Amino acid sequence: MIVKILGSGCKKCLALETNTKAALQTAAIVADIEKVTDVVDIARYGIMSTPGLAIDDKVVSSGRVLSPAEIGALLKIS
Amino acid sequence: MGDFFIWLNDQLLRMQWLSDLVTVLVRDGFGLDPASQIGGSVHFFIYDVIKIFILLSVLIFGISYVQSYFPPERTRRILGQRQGLGANVFAALLGTITPFCSCSSIPLFIGFTSAGLPLAVTFSFLISSPLVDLASVILLASIFNWSIALAYVAIGLVLAILGGTLIGYLKLEDQVEAFVYQSPVSDHDNDGAISRRERLTYAADQVVEIVHRVWIYVLIGVGIGATIHNWIPETFISALLGQDKWWSVLVATIAGVPMYADIFGTLPIAEALVQKGVGLGTALTFMMAVTALSLPSMIMLKRVVKLPLLVVFIGIVTVGIILIGYIFNATAHLFV
Repeated sequence: MIVKILGSGCKKCLALETNTKAALQTAAIVADIEKVTDVVDIARYGIMSTPGLAIDDKVVSSGRVLSPAEIGALLKIS
Repeated sequence: MGDFFIWLNDQLLRMQWLSDLVTVLVRDGFGLDPASQIGGSVHFFIYDVIKIFILLSVLIFGISYVQSYFPPERTRRILGQRQGLGANVFAALLGTITPFCSCSSIPLFIGFTSAGLPLAVTFSFLISSPLVDLASVILLASIFNWSIALAYVAIGLVLAILGGTLIGYLKLEDQVEAFVYQSPVSDHDNDGAISRRERLTYAADQVVEIVHRVWIYVLIGVGIGATIHNWIPETFISALLGQDKWWSVLVATIAGVPMYADIFGTLPIAEALVQKGVGLGTALTFMMAVTALSLPSMIMLKRVVKLPLLVVFIGIVTVGIILIGYIFNATAHLFV
């Protein structure tokens, strides 16, 4: 599984990354976390507000810092 | 009733109390005569910086709260439902309550265009978004007066509507980089999931984020304003930008276009220029040129549109701003 954090490095993107790591740990999932920081690359995912979260290249959230529990639920569906 | 409103306006918006307080500080605290050159500069600087930061924080909090109801996905949906000139009007209006930063213009451009919104509508939005926002209106009212603030909004919206419409007529759809049309459209609308608490947190976060981003521009802007205010001879300024000089608007445009600053940083400069006898239109042209067009935002846009469309966009906005300058200069007596 590849989890991507979409965001140009703002404070909220870092928070989302921290929460994602926590969620992966809780769910005992091994995944690669990649950061997409270029504005155009981010926009290519079709999102208009950051931070965004993509699981296996599918955008699951944008414009919000999700809590670890919310991310955990999204990881289960994927 | 009228007197009460004027009092409210003077104290809350113009912050007469703050000006008085700073006068006392400059005179008794620093031992400077507020009417002297140094004392006047120090007063201008301290008063303007504190006033702008207070207004900025309060206004961004309020606007961000409203803005949390209009995430870009929702804006795009609203615009997608309209057609023709109505869509341009809505785009210009929605541009006034969306993010202040030109850095968000690229994701919005790609998101709107890939979802099939016409270029006319997208550009109306792109012109209006940095040019007119509610915070700048209140600040204009604080520094100048309400009729100037409202005229600025009205004319900014007209520029956005006409500029976008004109770009639409030119049929430049093929001048957008191909990958933009191929980008997927993601429609995650978190709106329903956001609680009031989250909106308040969002608004508070925005205040911190925006103040963090613009404080340096405000300090530089007020510094330049204070210098113009007390150190640059009026004869020099009026020789370059005076009301009787036909080139003043052109000079203001050429100086302002490549510059990158927030509207909050340019306001104190415009304020000082007007106090030195520069025409209102010239000062507003300078503000519009700085905020609507800048080198960094052009470099960003160049990544998603081809050169001819970029040139057309810059051309239309520049000509529009110049026209606005001359119109305001010719009709300034109606506003002051």
